[in-house]
Amino acid sequence: MITTPIDHYFDQPLNLTRGGRLDGYTLRYETYGALNPQADNAILICHALSGDHHAAGRHSPEDKKPGWWDHYIGPGKAIDTDRFFVVSLNNLGGCSGSTGPTSINPQTQQQWGPDFPEVCVQDWVEVQARLADLLGIPVWAAVVGGSLGGMQALQWSIQFPQRIRHCVVIAAAPKLSTQNIAFNEIARQAIQRDPDFFDGRYQNHDRIPHSGLGLARMVGHVTYLSDEGLGSKFGRQRQAEDEDLFQIESYLRYQADQFTHRFDANTYILMTKALDWFDPAAQRPLDQVLAQSQCDFHIISFSSDWRFSPQRSVEIVNALIKASKKVSYTCVETDHGHDGFLLPNDHYEAALGAYLKGIEVSA
Amino acid sequence: MRDSLQQVADWVSDDSRVLDLGCGEGELLAHLMGRGCTGYGLEIDKDCIVSALQKGVSVIEQNLDDGLSNFDDQSMDVVIMTQALQATRRPDLAFAEMLRVGREAIITFPNFAHISHRIQLGILGRMPVSKSLPYQWYDTPNIHLSTFYDFEQLCKQQNATILERKVVSQSKLGGQIVNLWPNLLGELALYRVRGSI
Repeated sequence: MITTPIDHYFDQPLNLTRGGRLDGYTLRYETYGALNPQADNAILICHALSGDHHAAGRHSPEDKKPGWWDHYIGPGKAIDTDRFFVVSLNNLGGCSGSTGPTSINPQTQQQWGPDFPEVCVQDWVEVQARLADLLGIPVWAAVVGGSLGGMQALQWSIQFPQRIRHCVVIAAAPKLSTQNIAFNEIARQAIQRDPDFFDGRYQNHDRIPHSGLGLARMVGHVTYLSDEGLGSKFGRQRQAEDEDLFQIESYLRYQADQFTHRFDANTYILMTKALDWFDPAAQRPLDQVLAQSQCDFHIISFSSDWRFSPQRSVEIVNALIKASKKVSYTCVETDHGHDGFLLPNDHYEAALGAYLKGIEVSA
Repeated sequence: MRDSLQQVADWVSDDSRVLDLGCGEGELLAHLMGRGCTGYGLEIDKDCIVSALQKGVSVIEQNLDDGLSNFDDQSMDVVIMTQALQATRRPDLAFAEMLRVGREAIITFPNFAHISHRIQLGILGRMPVSKSLPYQWYDTPNIHLSTFYDFEQLCKQQNATILERKVVSQSKLGGQIVNLWPNLLGELALYRVRGSI
């Protein structure tokens, strides 16, 4: 599947939940499959912390890697593009083509950098709704997301209950735990304490906080994997060229290096903040908040995920039961930890595919 | 659908809110959904969960031995457990939870006092293996077998009222006279019960 990203500039101003404002913004997105004449077969994919719009297919036949969720999106796959019109975007505040800290602030003609307004999950959902308007999608057949993407899917069911028929929340939580916020803060501190960070104005100094951003990625990456998973992959094996170097050390350094070349530090801070703030049940119990939802829910968790543990998914399930909503739930056995939601797994694929197959769409 | 499942379904009114404990592939719930019922099936077998999802059943992966604390008192019209009570770690607690959550409970289980079991154990001195209990003693999931009398005693202890009872026998002879000696000739019992809440 060859895919091409599309950029669209939205000139309608956006007032942000936390007080900021954008006069206009660009969203970069991709679509897979075709929208049917009744426009009732559209699925929105919401990406996680470091994801982007490129969820499936390749941009050219020479691309080494397909999109981040290619195993699950495509013709005949769990998210079947023969049936569904799939939309995937880079969220506002991202660094893969949509307006974010690396974009030019029209008022100063300089990069936004740390001055980019704070965005949160509600803002993303608002912006995704505007993208739906643009594409002529009155109601999503489903909104699907993992991790931070799952939080967006959940928020959709609350914020636009009339515009979503099915909500698929994968490896997510109704809010971050204290421990999760703590890990995010360690990541942010690693970036902010890097001498090359310059209070977020590193671009003005022609620098990039490589070491801080790399460290943030290492911390994140380890928490997204499980002890068993890491153990079975690397054990205590050493590098062939350096027997004092454990393979896990080399692997983490490589991951960090790759990440700092593709991701922006200010965006990382912005995204982790959005994660921390997400808490739809801050004012009243989750079951009461979800009572207004009108869609059906499918919740999936991963057995060895300790960052967004199965118990956190069960909290969502139980709130939905209390609210008498239609909900199904399964926990995927895996030793891949939180990253399990990105990786091939037979039960995961079967459960997701079976649920989505049940969604009614016009021929 | 199996005859015994059909009998269970007949006891459920249209448009009921149903909780099916150990729902398997979701056959019963899918059938009841066709009659306007809503609700959930609990299951732990992954393949069964996928089959239930394929039928559009709201299946939730949950171990019955962990209780039903996520379901409010009397929040369901009927809580059903078919052929699973004997496989729970504490049938008495599982039964109490059913009575708490459901306005009615429907339970089916194999009768350990069936004549074929009595012959195998009492005369041949072997642990019974039969159509209703097809496992060997070492690999059976049925860890808490009981008889009809035992179950009715449990109902008494938990102040549960037996609204209806149906005893099934698969043999021809048993089919005709099963109601004379149900605890001897019945292979499977179906009970419709109400708690005292």
